[in-house]
Amino acid sequence: MITAERKPLEELIEYVRPYDRILLVGCNECVTVCAAGGRKEVGLLASALKMAFAKEGKTIDIKELTLERQCDPEYIEELVPHIEDVDAVMSMACGCGVQEIAKRFKNIPVFPAVNTKFMGASEQQGIWAERCQGCGDCLLGLTGGICPIARCSKHLMNGPCGGSTNGKCEISPDVDCVWQLIWDRLKALGMEDRYEEIIPAKDWRTAGGGGPRKIIREDLAE
Amino acid sequence: MENFEPIIVAFCCQYCPYTAADTAGTQRLCYPANLKIIRVPCAGKVDAMHILKAFEKGADGVVVAACLEGDCHFETGNIKAARRVSYIKKLMEEIGVEGERLEMVMLSAGMGDRFAEMATEVTEKIRKLGPSPINLNTSSQKQEAC
Repeated sequence: MITAERKPLEELIEYVRPYDRILLVGCNECVTVCAAGGRKEVGLLASALKMAFAKEGKTIDIKELTLERQCDPEYIEELVPHIEDVDAVMSMACGCGVQEIAKRFKNIPVFPAVNTKFMGASEQQGIWAERCQGCGDCLLGLTGGICPIARCSKHLMNGPCGGSTNGKCEISPDVDCVWQLIWDRLKALGMEDRYEEIIPAKDWRTAGGGGPRKIIREDLAE
Repeated sequence: MENFEPIIVAFCCQYCPYTAADTAGTQRLCYPANLKIIRVPCAGKVDAMHILKAFEKGADGVVVAACLEGDCHFETGNIKAARRVSYIKKLMEEIGVEGERLEMVMLSAGMGDRFAEMATEVTEKIRKLGPSPINLNTSSQKQEAC
């Protein structure tokens, strides 16, 4: 999932301070799962903002709405009946959702309520960790299903480096050395010879080095 | 301010703390009437939203009362409630409302005297803090909540 964290309330208060009527829009997908911008977080943020302004003697009207997805224009259309009644929109979706709203509604300001972080997985309840950087040329087949790009602090293609100690990375004892994990897994699978293969320098154009990326499925695109 | 009587919402788990309130009554113990008790199936069921809404609608303080550690009927509801209360305290500080206005307590069903003590302590603490800063500017809202 795409993970996110709510921005500091102070920053959000300053975004909406000039306005009286806000549409606070959540997203039912990734940000719901990582407890950053789903229906519940929309309710909490609306309540927090109302209280922060009430403290200053200001009443702010916040309409709450959570869309199935904010990264598809079909769902953004659901905002149309509500947009006329508000002065600004605040989105609790990832950066994709914020931009879709901005693209659809030219005359109304849109603000992000969360900081979009990374593509990650749940390590346990309440803990999410980075697993993929979307490099566009997956090499998990060579590394035992464990990604050195997302999980090695140096993004080394052929590790480990000298900073690996007792299976931990030198940046923190809480961070696993991913090349230790890769080696342990390859060994467990009896695929140690895979480790001997040198992975050549990566072509980062697929990772965004070639400009903004786009996927076109010709059979689906109209 | 001298006549300020705080409104305190107390979410009490039905198993221990709610029974502790009953025990306090059976023991004929006096405690301030400022506590408005809401019976809940487990303290772990008290959502962050319930706590924030209580403050938004005019409460000066909120208490989440759970069973003692190890005594939760749902095993860890009380521990989860304690973690949630810590999280909401931080959010309240961000809003600009003192985190001390939110209190987490753990009681057994037999602790009627402790319930009465806690009610007195919390009421005194909130009385010293004064009205919630949200209510200072929205006194009409508070009247509605009453």
